[in-house]
Amino acid sequence: MKLTLKIWRQKNTSDKGGFVTYVADHVSKDMSFLEMLDVLNDQLTERGEDPVHFDHDCREGICGMCSLYINGKPHGPLQTTTCQLHMRSFSDGETITIEPWRAKAFPVLKDLVVNRSAFDRIIQAGGYVSINTGGVPDANEIPISKTIADLAMDAAQCIGCGACVAACKNASAMLFTSAKISQLALLPQGQVERKSRAENMVAQMDEEGFGACTNTGACEAECPKGISITNIARMNREYFSAVVSSDNM
Amino acid sequence: MTWVTKTLNSTLGRKLIMALTGLFLILFLTGHVSGNMLLFKGDGGQAFNIYAKFMTTNPAVKLLSYLTYISVLGHIIYSIALSQHNKSARPVPYSTSKGSSNSAWSSRNMGVLGTIILIFLVVHLQGFWAQMHWGEVPMITYEGEEYKNLFLIVSEAFKQEWLVALYVLSMIFLGFHLSHGFASAFQTLGLNHKKYSPAIKLVGMLYCILVPALFASMPLYIHFSSY
Ligand code: HEM
Ligand code: FES
Repeated sequence: MKLTLKIWRQKNTSDKGGFVTYVADHVSKDMSFLEMLDVLNDQLTERGEDPVHFDHDCREGICGMCSLYINGKPHGPLQTTTCQLHMRSFSDGETITIEPWRAKAFPVLKDLVVNRSAFDRIIQAGGYVSINTGGVPDANEIPISKTIADLAMDAAQCIGCGACVAACKNASAMLFTSAKISQLALLPQGQVERKSRAENMVAQMDEEGFGACTNTGACEAECPKGISITNIARMNREYFSAVVSSDNM
Repeated sequence: MTWVTKTLNSTLGRKLIMALTGLFLILFLTGHVSGNMLLFKGDGGQAFNIYAKFMTTNPAVKLLSYLTYISVLGHIIYSIALSQHNKSARPVPYSTSKGSSNSAWSSRNMGVLGTIILIFLVVHLQGFWAQMHWGEVPMITYEGEEYKNLFLIVSEAFKQEWLVALYVLSMIFLGFHLSHGFASAFQTLGLNHKKYSPAIKLVGMLYCILVPALFASMPLYIHFSSY
């Protein structure tokens, strides 16, 4: 395959940045999208040029490190992570536009790499359980129904890649935050800090400068882990019931 | 900041206000369209004029109308605040974005649709509501009691083709606003459940077609009938 790549290049956060066009020749259909970029970077390095910076780690679709807004969609045309996207999803001769996630809360560090530590700070605001867990408990010591356990596990699938923010027209982080709030609100261990968690995580999310939710559903449609917006409804319930009943003034 | 202002200033709180005011406006529209069905009675406007007098004088209706004014203002003010906040959350736009592949057009254009509805509202209130309250409306007597002949104002107004066209077009936009807004408001309130969400979506779809269609048929009926 021969492809034309329109890639966003930006030296650092304060640089204005812009698109640079590259031609990728001899691309195999079986390459993953990131391998295709690796090959491009090899060529750039041989030519003495600065390689294109992009985030990745596991390349197995489990860590949430890869990103990229490909041809107008986060993680490209399929509902998967960019590392799990293959070149067979593109056609020979195609022009592919590659941009970083765009959000005020996700500043571009270099090229396609954005700083997603806003997500870490949302987790730090309440996405934890601070009771002492002790040694390994016996299985089924804490009774949790299968339905609830499944719902919590579904929410816990979130890998924090930020595709929801990237897809949302408002750059809203509601799907991420709601998945993290839901996961703990559903389980017995999460009950102690349930109210302050909802209040603090929502406050931190706002503080970071993410947008509000218009319920377009774009996040759910693009999420590589299929996190549902029923979690956002649950977060709204958790938050509103917390603010009217918690002791925090 | 107290917890109340803090909550209402949060993104979730602002959305709550959008949803509550939006739902109240939906209730208002339901009442408004039901009452206005009297225009179809074909009695020269008698039932409509009697109803209009009741609506401007009854104290309970007055209270509801104040709630409606507050809802309209709150909905508009918060829609501006939210739209600006949402815009500022993405200072650098994408060069290519395939929004249509993951969301409905109306859901991505609530602000545009709302602005068109607002322009319509100004024309509509200025033409009928302000007339009824402060304008010179000719009087008409039914069974010894005097009524403002609002029906005359309405039927005269809808002799103008452009106004009929504006009403019909605006109702199409209202329909699109509600095609997303109706179900969206329930999601904002946290009401999303597999037991009743399909029903909410269905009622929302019926509502956003039926109510605007009924509203739009009124100017058309008056324009093409002999009044
Ligand atoms: C009778 C008229 C109207 C009705 C019944 C109505 C109803 C609604 C409803 C139910 C929602 C959904 C709320 C939610 O998602 O929680 C909504 C959203 C919205 N409305 Fe309206 N609306 C009306 C007029 C207007 C006007 C005049 C404007 C603007 C000037 C407007 C702007 C908006 C915007 C921007 C949203 C989306 C807010 C967001 O989620 O980002 N609406 N409307
Ligand atoms: S690199 Fe880990 S999910 Fe893609």
